[in-house]
Amino acid sequence: MTQSSAIYKVPDVAGHTDVSYEEKARLFAEVKSDVRFSDYLYGCYECGICVAACPSARFYDFSPRRIAQAAAREDVELIYQQMQEDIWECSQCFSCLRCPRGNNPGGIITIMREVSINNGLNSAKEALGGYSRIIYKIMSTGTQVSPDMLQPDAFPDWGPETGDVSNNLDLWRRALPSDTLHTTSTGWDVSERTLVELYLIWFHTGALSMIKDVDSGLHAILQEIMEERLEDEGIEL
Amino acid sequence: MTIPMEALMHKKANFERDTERYHDFREELLNLADSGEIMLQRITGETAEVPTKYGRMKRIQKGHLWHHKSCGQCGHIPGYSTSIFWVMRKLGYDSLDPKDQTSCTAWNYYASATSNAAAQAAVAVRNFAAAHETGYYPMIHCGTSYGHYKEVRHELMAHPELRREVREVMKKLGKQLVLPEEIVHYSEWFHAMRHEIAAKQTRDFSNIAVTVHPACHYYKLVEGDAIYDPDVYGGQRTAVVTALAESLGAEVRNYSTWFDCCGFGFRHILVQRDFTRSFATLRKIERMKEEADPDVVLTHDTGCVTTLDKSQFATQAHGRNVGIAVMSEAQFAALAMGAHPYKVCQLHWHSADYRPLLEKMGIDHEQAWAEFQADLARLERGEKRYLDWDDVDA
Ligand code: SF4
Ligand code: SF4
Repeated sequence: MTQSSAIYKVPDVAGHTDVSYEEKARLFAEVKSDVRFSDYLYGCYECGICVAACPSARFYDFSPRRIAQAAAREDVELIYQQMQEDIWECSQCFSCLRCPRGNNPGGIITIMREVSINNGLNSAKEALGGYSRIIYKIMSTGTQVSPDMLQPDAFPDWGPETGDVSNNLDLWRRALPSDTLHTTSTGWDVSERTLVELYLIWFHTGALSMIKDVDSGLHAILQEIMEERLEDEGIEL
Repeated sequence: MTIPMEALMHKKANFERDTERYHDFREELLNLADSGEIMLQRITGETAEVPTKYGRMKRIQKGHLWHHKSCGQCGHIPGYSTSIFWVMRKLGYDSLDPKDQTSCTAWNYYASATSNAAAQAAVAVRNFAAAHETGYYPMIHCGTSYGHYKEVRHELMAHPELRREVREVMKKLGKQLVLPEEIVHYSEWFHAMRHEIAAKQTRDFSNIAVTVHPACHYYKLVEGDAIYDPDVYGGQRTAVVTALAESLGAEVRNYSTWFDCCGFGFRHILVQRDFTRSFATLRKIERMKEEADPDVVLTHDTGCVTTLDKSQFATQAHGRNVGIAVMSEAQFAALAMGAHPYKVCQLHWHSADYRPLLEKMGIDHEQAWAEFQADLARLERGEKRYLDWDDVDA
């Protein structure tokens, strides 16, 4: 089955003909069923104000207007194409909230990304390539950015100061006057009990299982770390 | 082409607020608290009132505050966090720097979407519940945490099924679904306290020119809850940062691309930095340099300080017109109040050259660096394990 009206992208233009219309429709239904979707889309004037405000539109072949229009028209083929080719360009700055119609194209993209992750789409796997270390950090330690990430080979474009930080890391952290900031592998000192509570959140909201399809290795490592910690605390899932 | 700012400002000079336009969420929040659906943390003690975008007055608790820290600040720009702590201490307001706090996890969420609405709300509520248990009122350091938490509040108010789900998760943690009466960003506290800060100013900033980058997640997400003042930009832009800089006697200069994002991009800053660098320098730093030539860019969010500061090095190598110091207004205010540029403001973690700015402020940065090195030597000799608040004011 396909959509037949002239307002929809035909599959050979939208590409991804190896995926059935039914599968694409199922994915869009998942986007639409998110509680936030109805808050994020009220139709579209096609005025382009969101595009004028959008940083990603300046540097990529990307447009929040196209995202809002495709969602408003329920153009299943085009939405699938966007999920595979466009959504990871967005900067999630939410400048597009300037929309006079009250739309939130950036928010629609957040939901489309979630659905891509949940369903292990290729675009999601690619987007997460090189990113798994960060997910590991945030899910397992409770802070995303740690001082020891500042390595000159990871950030050569940030100038020689990155090398100074990494060469003096332990000493410079000990020179910070706040008790919680002497850490090097986490942003601050997060208590054990707090971490246990965070792990319970990842398990009980399904956030941990979301990454199973896109990065099974990372999922297995995180699951083991968390289960072990919870077991130590005598908590059964 | 440069945007004709004067003409635009003139056209908008007669702007009037439409107080009806923005739905006041507080009544709904109180109803939910009365019906036992949520636990509300109330503002207590001394407060200041500041106006929001459509005129609603927002109350800012002055003291007894729970520092909801930012992982990007604590991890990569620690002088941002220590300056917030230091200014608060100097003004005599007590606060708590908790270990029972996680990141809001929104940086990862906006970068990788490896989470969902319920998990994000649960992380926010867990932190709010942790603050509530201590009796200290949460103050959010990160602009993204602040924007994301406002979204979470909106979603929790709008969707009973989400509230139910989060309540269930909280029950497993032995906690309640707690929301604070107001979600407050640290830059709102600095704004509300700007006259108290200026009263303790020890360095003259009258020859310092600044540009302000307002942070997207501060004022674009749930826009009606951000601070706008009719006396600052005629109420057309958020008043935070700008009003503080003016209170300290600095000259705030205008530039055309103020509404543009910094280029952080959440995932881009980590794995697609060509975009971040280009946007930050071509659309922000070069515009500022050409149109305003400031001594420093002030901003009020983690990602913006990182992006605007770190993106200049590589661009400089291409001979572009960049090279402006970047810092948070918290560090700027701390310097105005006499803070040490290295022991408190930790400027050695920054990349763009800040030394010309320090010279204009009348700070001998070579001597300051030698003082900091002397402290480090004490640590290396094992005289102390850590520096503390007494050391940084010594
Ligand atoms: S949130 Fe995404 S789509 Fe919206 S303006 Fe920012 S980059 Fe563009
Ligand atoms: S600003 Fe809103 S109405 Fe205009 S094109 Fe974008 S989504 Fe459509």
